[in-house]
Amino acid sequence: MRRKPQIAFFWLSVLLVALPFLTGAALGNSWVRVLDFALLYVMLALGLNIVVGYAGLLDLGYVAFYALGAYLYAWLASPHFGVHLPFWAVLPLGAALAGLFGVLLGAPTLRLRGDYLAIVTLGFGEIIRIFMNNLNAPVNITNGPQGINLIDPVALGGFRFAGTQQVLGVSLPSTYLFYYLFLAFTLAAIFIAMRLQDSRIGRAWAALREDEVAAAAMGVNTRNLKLLAFAMGATFGGLAGGLFAAFQGFISPESFNLWESILILCMIVLGGMGHIPGVILGAVLLTVLPEALRYIGDWQRHAFGHVYVDPSDLRMLLFGLALVLMMVYRPAGLIPSRQRKREFAAEDGVAEQEQASLYDARG
Amino acid sequence: MDIFTQQLINGLVLGSIYALVALGYTMVYGILELINFAHGEVTMIGAMVALSVIGLLMGAAPDLPGLMVVLAGVLVAIPACMLLAFAIEKMAYRPLRKAPRLAPLITAIGVSIILQNAAMLIWGRQYVSFPRILPEARHELFGAHITDLQIAIVALSLLIMAGLWLLVQKTRLGRAMRATAQSKEVAALMGVNVDRVISATFVIGAALAAVAGVLVSAYYGLAHYYMGFLLGLKAFSAAVLGGIGNIAGAMLGGLLLGVIEALGAGYIGDLTGGFLGSHYQDVFAFFVLILVLVLRPSGLLGERVASRA
Amino acid sequence: MSIKRAVSSLPSLAAGMVLAVAASLSLSGCGQKTETGDGSQIVRIGSVAPLTGPQTHIGKDNENGARLAVDEINAQGLELGGRKVKLELLGEDDQAEPKTATIVAQKLVDAGVVAVIGHLNSGTTIPASKIYFDAGIPQISPSATAVAYTAQGYKTAYRVMANDAQQGKALGQYAVGKLGAKKIAIIDDRTAYGQGLADEFEAAAKAAGGEVLAREFTNDKATDFTAILTSIKGKDPDLVFFGGMDPQGGPMTQQMKRLGLRAQLLGGDGLQNINYLKLAGVDAEGVIASSPGLPIDAMPGGAEFRKKFEAKYGAIQVYAPYAYDAVYALVEAMKRAGTVEPVKVLAELPKTDMQGVTGPVKFDAKGDTTGGAVTLYKAVGGAWQVLETVK
Repeated sequence: MRRKPQIAFFWLSVLLVALPFLTGAALGNSWVRVLDFALLYVMLALGLNIVVGYAGLLDLGYVAFYALGAYLYAWLASPHFGVHLPFWAVLPLGAALAGLFGVLLGAPTLRLRGDYLAIVTLGFGEIIRIFMNNLNAPVNITNGPQGINLIDPVALGGFRFAGTQQVLGVSLPSTYLFYYLFLAFTLAAIFIAMRLQDSRIGRAWAALREDEVAAAAMGVNTRNLKLLAFAMGATFGGLAGGLFAAFQGFISPESFNLWESILILCMIVLGGMGHIPGVILGAVLLTVLPEALRYIGDWQRHAFGHVYVDPSDLRMLLFGLALVLMMVYRPAGLIPSRQRKREFAAEDGVAEQEQASLYDARG
Repeated sequence: MDIFTQQLINGLVLGSIYALVALGYTMVYGILELINFAHGEVTMIGAMVALSVIGLLMGAAPDLPGLMVVLAGVLVAIPACMLLAFAIEKMAYRPLRKAPRLAPLITAIGVSIILQNAAMLIWGRQYVSFPRILPEARHELFGAHITDLQIAIVALSLLIMAGLWLLVQKTRLGRAMRATAQSKEVAALMGVNVDRVISATFVIGAALAAVAGVLVSAYYGLAHYYMGFLLGLKAFSAAVLGGIGNIAGAMLGGLLLGVIEALGAGYIGDLTGGFLGSHYQDVFAFFVLILVLVLRPSGLLGERVASRA
Repeated sequence: MSIKRAVSSLPSLAAGMVLAVAASLSLSGCGQKTETGDGSQIVRIGSVAPLTGPQTHIGKDNENGARLAVDEINAQGLELGGRKVKLELLGEDDQAEPKTATIVAQKLVDAGVVAVIGHLNSGTTIPASKIYFDAGIPQISPSATAVAYTAQGYKTAYRVMANDAQQGKALGQYAVGKLGAKKIAIIDDRTAYGQGLADEFEAAAKAAGGEVLAREFTNDKATDFTAILTSIKGKDPDLVFFGGMDPQGGPMTQQMKRLGLRAQLLGGDGLQNINYLKLAGVDAEGVIASSPGLPIDAMPGGAEFRKKFEAKYGAIQVYAPYAYDAVYALVEAMKRAGTVEPVKVLAELPKTDMQGVTGPVKFDAKGDTTGGAVTLYKAVGGAWQVLETVK
């Protein structure tokens, strides 16, 4: 595979293109919908990975940017304000708005470290959600807890992503169409995330993450880099938010609670922070796992003719257990980056030194 | 009735509860620099265990005075929570002591989810009501109302904080804890059994959580498998506000957060001419928290660490 | 990006996806039949409600209500257009969560259901309704009360219960007209349900001549209401209306008493349940709350329904009779259409005019029920007593 990367690349592309058809035929359309969500979460995880994994800034309010992107999309493409801008115009605006808020959040928190930063970002996430939930009076901006409904379906040059469409003689339900749309965005996100990591900026982020003081001494502009990390991460979040709104057609503040932020953080830590393949795997696993565990009930009915344990009682329990076990046995994530792996293999003393510098709050 | 006094009392009672839970966060953080996300759930387990015992006792001996029954509940809940915390530390945190800092945070979240769902399986999904067996006498204080239970909550949390401060400052264990917090290696060289000290810290924090859990469910009249999460979050915010790792800071942060919330919900509408209402109570609280941290990045009483040397 | 680098990350994406599919394949198992042994056609109907989470008991109740109707219809034998039809109810769990609701809705559409009874909550019913509309199959909710559900213009969306506007209006008029409240304070929990109900209540109370002194807010996870209650007490209202559920209503009632707030507490169907009485304890005495529809014993077919239902599933929680009527309304439309084909059934649904367990079932142009009654109850000695029914 290493010798013939082009061939492997080709087969992987074929697989990714064919995946919705395979899934749809084997499991039904609802699983294609799960795949759509998985791609959405891959984008979110890649975005948060820039902030947490690259720059080492622990952000617990990431979902705020997701919400901003989604709400901006809903405002500019739904009957709520009677504005119906096209998809390609709204999406960048949402990403830009989220990026702007990323800088707004980043600016006052530059001096904060580690867990103090975590609690401030958490507060920021909650503040955004509370505003979304309450800004229906005195002026109705967000429609409050009722959420915004009837968001325009994606339309690209007269081609609408709604119902079932005929493309080259193949009939594609909207979930399939969204899969390809999301796949395109996800691949772009992967590309950007990779280029960022290898760039001058990426190396500066790594320096910042490992030792802020040393980085500053080496002439790294820590302020701008932190702001850039927040802005970049937020932009990914805003983009995913806009796609989410277009996909669901309905958004309400319930979809943007603290648990979403925690879940996305779990994805990147579980998969292997700072390492793109790990982050992707983490996101896909944590999206799909709860859905797959849904079948525990059916499976029990098959095996015993009766449901003994309520599936979703067990679902979350198993999910929690998986998080703990995974971390205890693979603390650097499922697919850790090579650098991280080295740190773990190193002697205790060295490893400890390295870790003391990771996301550290104290001297 | 004096509204302002009443709001102050409301805030102080709420704040005392936050403070009691915040102490557990701050102790663990002080030693391990770990946000023990599961601490809120330990509080919940304390409430649930106590409620089960109370239910059993009321069935078996209906003539016992209410205070005795609740006390019995607390006395069972404390060791139960201590055992739980000991197990959590040993299984979920100790293996990760050398891992990157975010790994134990994720296990903490995992443990938190496990405890919530285990509690849901054991005690059900419904809200459990706390029987009305405690004396409910109401007193007048500067034109406001305060009940026996509210007085007890404030007094207990002050007492516990003082006891904890003495423990940390004056006892052998306390000295070992402070030494471990500064440097695990050096403490170990000096003959401190670091593992035991860390276990002790978790266990003491859990005992406080058990007391807090019973107080919370008695005060609000209910318990629920999800109650620990938000309480824990608020308490953690309080600990950070006061300067995490600092015992007096946790108390100060807790009381302050409680008062801010109460005054925020009570007056934010009047202050903004009705533009913002009590739905922005949490926004107000978080805003103050952010403001404090931006101005004093290590909390109110936290050590000021200018920069890592 | 070199292709080599790309290859190193793509496998995880592809592998993850494939793994997902494989895992679910192994778990999901069996295929589906469309015919029974005796040659009658199997027709699937979906039923969606939260079957896990805090509302499990209510969700299961909905499903059981629908199942009772389906079993009865099958036992009597259903024939459409000269062909024997056997109904099969597919029960799904939406966890009361909007995102899950859409996944489950899609799952049902995939499974080829011809109609859906559900969902339970407004927050899940609304996003799911888009999927049913796209698929062109009728959806009848037994219990979603948000006005927005039928206001989307989907000709597939129906409900058999009075909506929030109808309930809020009845409550507002009752507060001012019957209880004589002049000065009113309103609290809501900022959920779609609580806020919607409180808004409708406020409008109706104002229209009836009541004065709204204060509008306070909390959230659906709060337990401490002392701050807002203290501020309400300062304004000394005759009546406090709470738009929200029992877990908040219980402690709120206790805290009102503790603060010496003497105003009458009035609530909607979120409070009108047994759990609220438990949580509020002795302080619940005298609290008034409403519930859409008739009390089960006052329903035309209530006593008989109770007997049938309790023999199979135990005590009725709340909405089972509505789920039961929803199935019958659907099957009646199928009979008139002479087929299960959704397009033809949808053409027949607006003409529904039947006598159900809960009363006459008729739909207006939007798909709302026209016979929506609201009943008011008062907590007396730890039980709910019927005060009166408002039509």
